[in-house]
Amino acid sequence: MQQEQFEYDTVRFKSVGLRYGNGPEILQDISLTLTPGSFHFLTGPSGAGKTSLLSLLYLARRPSRGSVELFGQDVTSAPRHRLPAIRRRLGVVFQDFRLLDHLSALDNVALPLRVAGASEAEIQRHVPELLSWVGLASHMQAKPSVLSGGQKQRVAIARAVITRPDLLVADEPTGNVDDRTAIRLMHLFREMNRLGTTIVIATHNEQLVRQMRHPRLHLEGGRLSILQPEEG
Amino acid sequence: MMAGIGLKGLFRSDLPVARDSSGGFLPWLIALMVFFAAMATTGSVGLTDMIARWNRDVAGTLTVQIPPVIGTTAKAKEETAARVERAVRLLQSLPNVVSASEIPADKLAALLEPWLGSRELIDELPTPRLIDVTLNPQARPSLEDLQTRLKDAVEGATIDDHQVWMSKLISLAEGLQKLAWGVIALVSFTTTTTVIYATRTALAVHRPHIEVLHFVGATDSYIARQFASRGLALGLLGGLGGLLGAVPTLWAIVRLSEGLQGGLIPAITIAPLTWALLGSFPVIAGLIAMITAHITVRRQLSGML
Ligand SMILES: Nc1ncnc2c1ncn2[C@@H]1O[C@H](COP(=O)(O)OP(=O)(O)O)[C@@H](O)[C@H]1O
Ligand SMILES: [Mg+2]
Repeated sequence: MQQEQFEYDTVRFKSVGLRYGNGPEILQDISLTLTPGSFHFLTGPSGAGKTSLLSLLYLARRPSRGSVELFGQDVTSAPRHRLPAIRRRLGVVFQDFRLLDHLSALDNVALPLRVAGASEAEIQRHVPELLSWVGLASHMQAKPSVLSGGQKQRVAIARAVITRPDLLVADEPTGNVDDRTAIRLMHLFREMNRLGTTIVIATHNEQLVRQMRHPRLHLEGGRLSILQPEEG
Repeated sequence: MMAGIGLKGLFRSDLPVARDSSGGFLPWLIALMVFFAAMATTGSVGLTDMIARWNRDVAGTLTVQIPPVIGTTAKAKEETAARVERAVRLLQSLPNVVSASEIPADKLAALLEPWLGSRELIDELPTPRLIDVTLNPQARPSLEDLQTRLKDAVEGATIDDHQVWMSKLISLAEGLQKLAWGVIALVSFTTTTTVIYATRTALAVHRPHIEVLHFVGATDSYIARQFASRGLALGLLGGLGGLLGAVPTLWAIVRLSEGLQGGLIPAITIAPLTWALLGSFPVIAGLIAMITAHITVRRQLSGML
């Protein structure tokens, strides 16, 4: 697995453009390569297209032009039956969490494992441990509706990382938590990154970006620039 | 409430499908459909038996009556014989008639003797002459058609009206049977269509949840299975409900028919095989709902990314 990972880039965008309907191009001519094990922040003013760019990564939509490759596979026009296997290598933290509101925190986090056919024993071994780690030991059976924004965010993060994905995509994952929790979550991401996960995190938190010293993808006016930590 | 019976525990589901509104009406509708199907099926099977029995009655032979020419003169007797002759020839010329012959006067007289007494009297009485007709047992010619042709050839010639009446009854029974099949077809169609629309509604309602399942790597068949197992559960539940209504109703009909016993309409009995067939209806309803839901979901999902 480890060896295989280095045979291709995790993400490769070639002249990617994206527009919604007949609207203007939100993303223009974006070319980008993320190597396995890299860690990037994605910044830019609100409405710059950060969520749109991430949605191309987590296969919520296909680009209007150009091509997107994930793990060496062209997903621009891949038939839909090939997508689930690719999605299982992804972990996604959505800006609006997208938890299933009829399931407990535990079942929400277990979902990617269940979908992949994991055994209940495996689920019982890993899920409570991770939930405890993100500080939700006493809320495992709670439904999202009774959780605070920060708690929901941590459930969403736990769901994204439970499968130890090859690529983790997080959209403002620390937007609803206090600074201490934010730093704790960043440590979780950094730990995963050390174990080989490629990471892209969209954030507004300038302080965090400066502190973590990872390269930054900056979106503005539909264009993407890459800034190294020294320059930031 | 039927829909509430432990569905949650029956199938573990990642989608809140067990809680949407279609769960409320679908079992009731399926119950009604299975009830109708059970009635129609039992009716159809019963009619098949009855038609077979009646057919045995009318198949093979037929009796034609020729009124005699009134009078005891030789001329009258000759004319009567001529009528019989014409009728016999006509009958013999028909494609489905194997043979037609007059029942000899002696035999007829012998039949009547116990009722009318002296043989001389019988000879003088204007008793109708009878023709025994053997039909091709495979073909069932229209008796009404035969009747008109006979009347055209010989004034007053009639087919034994018991047989005409029976053949009408058989036509009626066959019509009813077609109706029963129509009901069964309609019931299957309604069930399938309703499941399709209920599934589409559920899909629309659960679209955000389905997207999440996709994002975490669920395949279409994983998602479809969740709707399908719910279809199976609701179909089985509704089917059992319908059967529970149909069995006492059928039992009551059987009991009532025992009271009417005799004559043309035999006591209705329901064969063990028919009961077994009815017992399979909830399973069939469950399978229809399951397969329909599965196909509907797969179709709809194929339009998503
Ligand atoms: N589903 C959509 N349909 C139409 N326009 C959209 C949609 N999603 C985002 N947009 C538009 O695209 C632009 C970029 O949005 P977004 O990617 O959410 O930016 P960011 O995440 O950087 O705030 C915005 O102008 C937004 O209104
Ligand atoms: Mg956004």
